[in-house]
Amino acid sequence: MKALCYNGVRDLRAERVPDPTIINPKDAIIRVTYSSVCGSDLHIVNGYIPSVLAGDILGHEFMGEVVEVGSGVKKLKKGDRVVVGSILACGECQYCQSQSYSLCDNTNPHAWMTEKMYGDATAGIFGYTHAFGGYAGSHAEYIRVPFADVGAFVIPEGIPDESAVFASDAVPTGFMAADMADIQPGDVVAIWGCGGVGQMAIQTAWIMGASRVIAIDKEPERLRMARENSRAETLDFSKVEVMEALREMTGGRGPDACIDCVGMEATGEGWGYYYDKAKQSLRLENDRPLVLRDMIIACKKGGNISIVGVYSGFIDSIPMGAAMNKALTFKMGQQHSQKYIPQLLEHMQNGELDPGFLFTHKMSLEEGQKGYMMFNDKKAMRVVFDPRMN
Amino acid sequence: MAERVFANTSQPLSETLGMAPVDPEASGSSRVNVGQTERIFSAAGGALLLTVGLRQGSLGGFLLALAGGGLVFRGMSGYCPMNEALGRNSAETGEEAGVVEISKSLTIMKPREEVWAYWRRHENLPNFMYHLKEVRQITDKRSHWVAQIADSKLARALGSVEWDADIIDEVPNERLVWKSIPGSLVDHSGEVRFNDVPGGRPGTELHATIKYRPPAGQLGTAVAKLFNQNFKQMIKQDLRRFKQLLETGEIATIAGQPSGRKRDQLLENKPHQYSEPNQKHESLML
Ligand SMILES: [Zn+2]
Ligand SMILES: [Zn+2]
Repeated sequence: MKALCYNGVRDLRAERVPDPTIINPKDAIIRVTYSSVCGSDLHIVNGYIPSVLAGDILGHEFMGEVVEVGSGVKKLKKGDRVVVGSILACGECQYCQSQSYSLCDNTNPHAWMTEKMYGDATAGIFGYTHAFGGYAGSHAEYIRVPFADVGAFVIPEGIPDESAVFASDAVPTGFMAADMADIQPGDVVAIWGCGGVGQMAIQTAWIMGASRVIAIDKEPERLRMARENSRAETLDFSKVEVMEALREMTGGRGPDACIDCVGMEATGEGWGYYYDKAKQSLRLENDRPLVLRDMIIACKKGGNISIVGVYSGFIDSIPMGAAMNKALTFKMGQQHSQKYIPQLLEHMQNGELDPGFLFTHKMSLEEGQKGYMMFNDKKAMRVVFDPRMN
Repeated sequence: MAERVFANTSQPLSETLGMAPVDPEASGSSRVNVGQTERIFSAAGGALLLTVGLRQGSLGGFLLALAGGGLVFRGMSGYCPMNEALGRNSAETGEEAGVVEISKSLTIMKPREEVWAYWRRHENLPNFMYHLKEVRQITDKRSHWVAQIADSKLARALGSVEWDADIIDEVPNERLVWKSIPGSLVDHSGEVRFNDVPGGRPGTELHATIKYRPPAGQLGTAVAKLFNQNFKQMIKQDLRRFKQLLETGEIATIAGQPSGRKRDQLLENKPHQYSEPNQKHESLML
């Protein structure tokens, strides 16, 4: 089959690779119909996550059709139109049993790697480097999905493929961001980052009863979508002093909840950005925690900080004194796909969540390199690959 | 008392946990006399065993690698600058090699009885200890272990790597203590303990402690110490696969999946591709 493989930093190529086969009883093989780029892929493509190997197939946000199931698969059957959560979960361990699926104990064959770095092992993620399991990704004609009954969900009638594909990762990540922010009716919510995840966090904040949602970015097109598609007020951090504006817009209180949908490759204007950028390029610091610092200062006393933007390693100059003395609550994590997908498919079906507008560019796998570079340069909201195209 | 080797700690974990009171006997390969012709074979075969053992990453592999490490150093004694040190070492007949200890624990979401039953049926062990070809129960207490050498050429050259072990203490659903019989390839002993998770929560805490006497005396001990972290990972990998098997009925793997690499170098059971200790190890062998 054809697959988009990592070859080196910013070097992706469509190549001929063997077709996947059923390896374990609970596996299924999915014929991929759509596979989206994701902001977190850029950390890999730009060389910030070690343990990616030349030849690895990228991609973790996808949907498709079941073409084969292993002997241990009970619910899925051939021909099902499914969306698959980007993070693998076994459904049986103590974390899966408590719905903390992204903390699954059993899906990472290279558990020892993250265990060394983090003290504990993380779950496997499709197409997301060997530290996260080394699973072949979805930018391919076919993909093997282990624990398919747990991770693949039949898409209800009425949700078009162009929306359904984002139920894999962007929607549940945004949904979990809002969920972790513990938004109460009437809350003012500030969201950093207006990519796919940020847009979905905005829409979920409305579902949870937010009275105002303020979204922060600098890309005009993304800010426009945040206003027009997700109905947020927007702040362009390249033009506005964000901290002051947030304070003034909230009667001097600050937002009740602050959500980071950016993560470790944040860009900014002030000294902090250049400080982090310099350290990151010298590999003295893995992550650029600009958003995190701003959120802590901006947030209302006793407010909630929710982080779904990906961090991978060490960060410094975090205003811990402010966080402690303002009694902030922090919640963070990779999304629990299997917990959120069923409920958000319902929200999508009744029109409360609509990720369809994220689908701005459709490309073939051969155009993979071009697609990622466009996405990297913020010239596309989301590039979605259709492996059936040539 | 036998010398113990630990990184920066004076109290062995087994003492903290109150486990594994039995030390392996000093016999077999931990007190070997090496003849000249044997040396040549030892060095070559040992290096291969070591490589194979480390690559396959499991308890059996760990014992295999230890055996290999011992052979390499016995073999090297005739040819390398370590000659003197090693020569003196093997001349010190009667001196016992130090005991090295490795401990690992994890929690399995299955009742204690079930976890115990699977482990106690030793024939099951190769299902998750990838290095073992076979474990055969000879009597209720004695078992015969055969380590797997994946490389067929090597397997022909060396034959199989085998040893016997006795269960010297067992309390059903609670603990199992075993020891290799005198004269084994690697003198080792161990204990596996099965505890309930406290507070009435579901699951079983599994604690495993392995003790061994490295072959080839003190140089062997020094080498083993260097790789202790790696071996710890191997044992942990075995236990993790055990947990996966009991909790989910299968073992997570990417072996056999497609990639853009011509020949996939990265099989799931070669987890040491990334680890520094192994690079040191391999360069030491060259
Ligand atoms: Zn993603
Ligand atoms: Zn699990």
